Amino acid sequence: MRNQQHTKLLFELSRPGRRAHRLPPLDVPAEPLESLLPSEALADAPPPLPELAEGDVVRHFTNLSTLNMSVDTHFYPLGSCTMKYNPKRNERLASLSGLVDVHPLQEDASIQGLLQMLFELQQMLAEISGLPGVSLQPAAGAHGELAALMVAAAYFRRQGEDRPVVLTADSAHGTNPASARMAGMQTNTVKSNRQGLVDLEDLKRQLDRRTGVFMLTNPNTLGLFDSQILEITRAVHDQGGLIYLDGANMNAILGIARPGDFGADLMHFNPHKTFSGPHGGGGPGAGPICVRDFLTEFLPAPVVVKEDDAYRLDYDRPLSIGRVRSFFGNVGVLLRAYFYIRSHGGEGLRRVSEDAILGANYLRSRVQHILDVPFGEFCMHEFVASASRLKKERGLTAMDLAKRLLDYGFHAPTVYFPMIVPESVMVEPTETESKETLDAFAEALFRITDEAQDLVHEAPHSTRISRPDEVQAARKPIMRWTPES
Amino acid sequence: MAYFFHTDEDRRQMLAAIGADSVEAIIDAQVPAEVRMNRPLELGPAASEIELEREVRRLAAANLSPASHVCFLGGGAYDHFVPAAVDAIASRGEFYTSYTPYQAEVSQGNLQVMFEYETLVAQLTGLDVSNASLYDGGSAAVEAVLMALAITSDRSRVVTAGTVHPEYRQALATYLEEIDAEVVTAEVGPDGTAADLISRIDEQTSCVLIQHPNFFGRLEQVEQIAEAAHAAGALLIQVFDPVSLGVLRRPGELGADIAVAEGQGIGNPLAFGGPYLGIMACRQELVRRLPGRIAGQTTDRRGKRCWVLTLQTREQHIRREKATSNICSNQTLLALRSTIHLALLGPEGLRETAEQCLQKAAYARRQFAASERFEVLHESATFKEFVVRDTSGDVAGALRHATEAGFLAGVPLERWYPELADCFLVAVTERRTRSEIDSLVSTLSSAPRSLASASGVAAGA
Amino acid sequence: MKPEELLYAESHEWVHVAEEEGQKVATVGISAFAVEQLNDLVYMDLPEAGKKVSSGEEFGEVESVKAVSPLYSPVDGEIVAVNSELPDHLERLGEDPYGSGWVIKVRLDDDAALGKLMDHAAYQKQCAAEG
Repeated sequence: MRNQQHTKLLFELSRPGRRAHRLPPLDVPAEPLESLLPSEALADAPPPLPELAEGDVVRHFTNLSTLNMSVDTHFYPLGSCTMKYNPKRNERLASLSGLVDVHPLQEDASIQGLLQMLFELQQMLAEISGLPGVSLQPAAGAHGELAALMVAAAYFRRQGEDRPVVLTADSAHGTNPASARMAGMQTNTVKSNRQGLVDLEDLKRQLDRRTGVFMLTNPNTLGLFDSQILEITRAVHDQGGLIYLDGANMNAILGIARPGDFGADLMHFNPHKTFSGPHGGGGPGAGPICVRDFLTEFLPAPVVVKEDDAYRLDYDRPLSIGRVRSFFGNVGVLLRAYFYIRSHGGEGLRRVSEDAILGANYLRSRVQHILDVPFGEFCMHEFVASASRLKKERGLTAMDLAKRLLDYGFHAPTVYFPMIVPESVMVEPTETESKETLDAFAEALFRITDEAQDLVHEAPHSTRISRPDEVQAARKPIMRWTPES
Repeated sequence: MAYFFHTDEDRRQMLAAIGADSVEAIIDAQVPAEVRMNRPLELGPAASEIELEREVRRLAAANLSPASHVCFLGGGAYDHFVPAAVDAIASRGEFYTSYTPYQAEVSQGNLQVMFEYETLVAQLTGLDVSNASLYDGGSAAVEAVLMALAITSDRSRVVTAGTVHPEYRQALATYLEEIDAEVVTAEVGPDGTAADLISRIDEQTSCVLIQHPNFFGRLEQVEQIAEAAHAAGALLIQVFDPVSLGVLRRPGELGADIAVAEGQGIGNPLAFGGPYLGIMACRQELVRRLPGRIAGQTTDRRGKRCWVLTLQTREQHIRREKATSNICSNQTLLALRSTIHLALLGPEGLRETAEQCLQKAAYARRQFAASERFEVLHESATFKEFVVRDTSGDVAGALRHATEAGFLAGVPLERWYPELADCFLVAVTERRTRSEIDSLVSTLSSAPRSLASASGVAAGA
Repeated sequence: MKPEELLYAESHEWVHVAEEEGQKVATVGISAFAVEQLNDLVYMDLPEAGKKVSSGEEFGEVESVKAVSPLYSPVDGEIVAVNSELPDHLERLGEDPYGSGWVIKVRLDDDAALGKLMDHAAYQKQCAAEG
């Protein structure tokens, strides 16, 4: 019952002269265009966009939507991405008039309700992180990393210190070194030890007076909380460096441990992970940052302040790094985070993390007799297993498992990241999945390991397409439709 | 706390399977006692759906918006109409609760949308290739400059027009502070000329950044500037307004090497500044330096046409510190909305929208010019917004008066341009009607003059 | 060229030195072992002739779908020729790595860097250890 016609490209569905959207007749006197604009600026014809009826458009995209797996339709244990349930109430509330339709350059006096929520969100993030200075401006986690590193750079400049080196863990997200580079810093990598934690000796060897920031993910990308955290942060602070915490894994420690309390000086949140902002097929996210008191004056401007029961945007921050984007921030995503936090309260957030930990450890315990879990007795909110043994004994790679799981109706875990584990399978079930779902997922994995190799190698079988040729796509990239193609 | 699953019995069974007495014990085994939080987070009690909705509705109702007031605000974000079909499709969970298409087989919907979006952006701009989106117009302009600096790696000067959106230029200054590059800004303000800009382009210039139509709604001499930039071996980056391309020539035809835009005006809500959509397109030969994700066409193992993420070696998850950018999450959902809206508009719909903006803005400009109190800074060659001067010098008072009468009347320019303290920016989209425009001009004209002298009287009394 | 007669860098580039118009010119390529390890190459980025390189310095890149591998110059000198057809014929790297799959030619400043390179037997040992 797949609709083949409407999964053609928009451009192939186009018929000259077909139209959807129409405007009311022009109600002001029409002037010749040439009298309004210089003729050399005018186009001979509008761009060659496709021509479709509204019914075409709706059916086309609705059919395309059915080719996606999503949190609303499937278990989506994509490690490191925190694919939790996206509450519907957040969608309704964020779409209210007075929020979704506010112009970014309205006067503060006209948006007191909105500013109140954003101000409260700043306070909430400060409380959750244990870091008092908050900027809601960055548009995504990586953007927050960059903004925070710029804050650190501005701070060191103000202190008259030359600290151009950023250390990142070898298990870190690629965004860490990429952000450091964009902030004009050099990066060096700190190794992981046999327990999957920071190799403290390697860190200490690399620390010196040129070290600006150590970027740390804790719990790390293996789902492990680094038990040496206080030693790590002390060692960096002793050398005058700052600790940056990548907040990608905050879903594990809400109300359990605060970055500010374990030594972080700067961090970002991923509200689209931790606070249930829908991932939108790849975005939008948001990347609010929190910093220690002595870094607050360097944060991007504006921030929301409260004076005499009125809220306003404070632009007058002379030491601020400035802006990292246009307008206030990804407000739609931030409001969903606000609604989510309000819906849970402090105790609820702690339970979020507890249930995320419970689910991950349960699933880990169920799969560890077929997949090796190289590190730790327990994990936090996610775990990284290795398909190395399956590869050796049964010829099945992490990629094979990932692809075959799709046939069983499960989105694949993250595979081949972090790179320090061979044939890695990174599973993050989140707190919003039932025991039955986790059991079904584990059982699917068991069954796959018993299946004929060829069946698994050629998976998926139930999807519209299977194993696209990425080599061809990269060798001769076709990045747009053309009439000839 | 409505989203949890586990019953007490579930917990008991799960803990038994794990071999732990409690979740607390699992945490204790990993998180050192010294860093454990020893009090509850102070975030207040959990709000039920009914309570939360009651409170948020009250707070939302406390804000003015284009739903309550007739909106003439612009300055990079616009009250364009969004057809119902855009909201209906984009609110499908299969779109908005999915993630980056790491597993192409179960993401063909999103991947095809990305490919269609990239094609539409290429068609719109007259350039060869587009990425799948960046954060917003401002950061897209910055990324374009960083891209140009990487391409022309022996050059470190960026020449920008003072007529580029001031917040985009602020973001650029922030980014360039940390790297070895300098910005030269030609004449800041609405009267900057091409000649002035061109005089600053030299052999050290990596790229020239202009906005057309510019922040003040005026057209720039793009072709002339492109010629000068190219003659000096520099790239031209043009910030454009997607809606304007219903009537204006496309960036690719004018000589832009990289074109960037704020895509909010094509199908996306105002949302107090975000999430928005950073559009970026470039010439084919620059694609290896293009930041962000790109969807490409290929075939699957059975030979069926399909789509995948491609040229991923540009990106941070592979190239790490040498990546073209650190961007990971992008704005796919907003790109979807723009794709739907462009599909609904088609060439004629886009032309009609652009022409109505142009005609209505021109009408509004004539009404202001004819008024006693106001002047317009430029009598012609503006697209959908223009600068109005209040000869009485009381912009704040006039705008406040208009707000009380039901208008979001204009954007005061003093914050970015102190010399334009008596001016504000008025934007007119296709949504506005003649009677709204007429009553805006008459309302502003009837505003009490000079609050400054009025408050002086009050202070003296 | 016969693989047995070449010199090799630890980073898997091969070198062949010959006299051309009284000057020593090194031809540089990528060993068959390395090409196989990289598997499914999709893109290659090469420098322009005239560029100075020193040994251990990155002069180009090869890419597979999900990996980037830098190419390091095994010698010191000036690049005098680049195999500009290669990026469009990446298959030559696999089919003829020591012939039409050559990458650059470098006019040597001196012989100093050559001393650090391995002969074929030593390189075979390294490959066995890595493989």
